Amino acid sequence: MRRLATDTMIMAERNLVRLPRNPDLFTAFTIQPIMFVLLFVYVFGGAISTPGYDYVDFLIPGIIVQNIAFGGFITAMGLAEDLNRGLIDRFRSLPMSRAALLAGRTLSDVATNTLSMVILIVTGLIIGFSFNANIGEILLGVVLLLFFGYAFSWVFAFLGMLVTTPEAANSLGFMLVFPLTFISSAFVPTESMPSALQWFADVNPFTVVVDAMRALWLGAPAGNDVWGAFVWSAVIIVVFAPLAVWRYRAAAER
Amino acid sequence: MDSAQRRTSPQPTDAPAISVRGLVKTYGDVRAVDGVDFEVRRGTVLGLLGPNGAGKTTTVRMLTTLQKPDAGELLVDGIDAVADAAKLREHIGLAGQNASVDESLTGSENIVMFGRLYGMSRKNAKARATRLLEQFQLSDAADRPVKNYSGGMRRRLDLAASLVAEPPVLFLDEPTTGLDPRSRLDLWEVIEQLVAGGTTVLLTTQYLDEADRLADDIAVIDHGKVIAKGTPDELKARVGGERLVVALADEASAPDAIAALGPMCTDTPVVEDGAVKLYVSRREGAIVEAVRRLDEAGVGVEDIGLHRPTMDDVFLALTGHAAEERTDDETEEATA
Ligand SMILES: Nc1ncnc2c1ncn2[C@@H]1O[C@H](COP(=O)(O)OP(=O)(O)OP(=O)(O)O)[C@@H](O)[C@H]1O
Ligand SMILES: [Mg+2]
Repeated sequence: MRRLATDTMIMAERNLVRLPRNPDLFTAFTIQPIMFVLLFVYVFGGAISTPGYDYVDFLIPGIIVQNIAFGGFITAMGLAEDLNRGLIDRFRSLPMSRAALLAGRTLSDVATNTLSMVILIVTGLIIGFSFNANIGEILLGVVLLLFFGYAFSWVFAFLGMLVTTPEAANSLGFMLVFPLTFISSAFVPTESMPSALQWFADVNPFTVVVDAMRALWLGAPAGNDVWGAFVWSAVIIVVFAPLAVWRYRAAAER
Repeated sequence: MDSAQRRTSPQPTDAPAISVRGLVKTYGDVRAVDGVDFEVRRGTVLGLLGPNGAGKTTTVRMLTTLQKPDAGELLVDGIDAVADAAKLREHIGLAGQNASVDESLTGSENIVMFGRLYGMSRKNAKARATRLLEQFQLSDAADRPVKNYSGGMRRRLDLAASLVAEPPVLFLDEPTTGLDPRSRLDLWEVIEQLVAGGTTVLLTTQYLDEADRLADDIAVIDHGKVIAKGTPDELKARVGGERLVVALADEASAPDAIAALGPMCTDTPVVEDGAVKLYVSRREGAIVEAVRRLDEAGVGVEDIGLHRPTMDDVFLALTGHAAEERTDDETEEATA
């Protein structure tokens, strides 16, 4: 157990040291979200009606959830890269905890997710976003975001190992997760969608989490969304962590 | 436990460091490893020699706990590679066939990371990294990301990383593939130093000169089976001893030369390109005796020399096909 903890920290440290040295990935988690916020607020914002909220207030929780979900990308690409390079063979020949390879990956995503969350909140505050919440609610929102992001790291870890190259991991992630984030309440109210889409959007965990964030940060009516969002995140971890471990074993043993 | 210390083995020193019995691994219809047996004595080098697809990497992967065998018994440093895999990992170092270091980290960061994963403290790992990078002439590049390294530098770093915890048993899968002649020589020297210090090494190679130079014993493997075992000299002896080549001053004297040398010879001398060529049973004194005999027979000699069979001859004789051709003339330079 102690071995797992120290080795996980060593692996997480490795991933974080690598990150700024990979400029493409780094801008994907810093500059790109800012561009998206500006695009949505100033280009689409005027055309989207969000009764009861300014569009910027409506958008920020949604777009943070989307970004956080994609934080797992670094895990997916990193794992695909390691498996390709034979580096995984070296790790597996060391007297280290084998679980630490995956745990360290997903743990370092929490750090990068925190970074992109902060960047998005600051960008939002600059262009007019304001919290309608007390400090406790704001912090609970932060915890929910990071927990949900952690859950999606396992989804991406699994997807990353279904394919054999970092590039394929990238496009698979985009094809599966991108639509999921758009057919949700993240960018537009679900009531504005055709009924089939609306049905899907309303059961989509993204909608649950985004609505929970709006309840926590904007004082929107919460319903069951907040605990629902935590339950969804936990379920995702329970399903995808074992799947990821199983794929990882198969891929590493080849 | 301080992993930086060389671990003392529970085994008496005359027990083999590696023992492989009846090893089998199949992938569908492919019998990648098909009943392999060998032993490696402590403090020696075994060269696992074979062409592409022979089963070298698969054997190494099973010995280093990366893959489970379908059948067979594997003992490394007295530890069962299947039942006690986790324990075994503390006793081995591996440099795989593909350089396996983190491209985005610097050379130093890589070694420190691997050292810590062996259980060393950050401080010990740093000190060890500094020493290893120096030993492998990478000090100047220590703080550069590996993606800017040349292939040879990467290979050296790879080997350095496998030594970080001073493992008593080292596995090197084609350690010099892709290196220039100079880097190969350097790496050979490092390996020789390690062995002089008591490390046991199993190295795979397709290069006959490499096995010849480094290995105490060679196991030739082809299609998943060991087809020959022995010291380099024993294997060469199987091909037919030393070859004496006598260049004649006058080609017309060839029959006289053959008559004079006949008694020394293990088969019938042949004449090629104005030279008489024959296998002799003993190396010692062969040239002196030949010169004396030719002198007595009045045959003029331009040049005379003894040629040892190369591992290429061995391979051809054992498998009926030549080992993989080098794409360039590295062999010449590297052994010069
Ligand atoms: N994961 C795998 N799945 C299917 N076949 C495999 C796998 N790994 C190896 N093989 C097959 O097993 C045989 C032995 O492969 P191996 O990699 O051990 O050879 P090698 O001696 O290391 O060759 P090389 O010199 O090219 O590295 C080959 O026929 C190879 O195609
Ligand atoms: Mg191989």
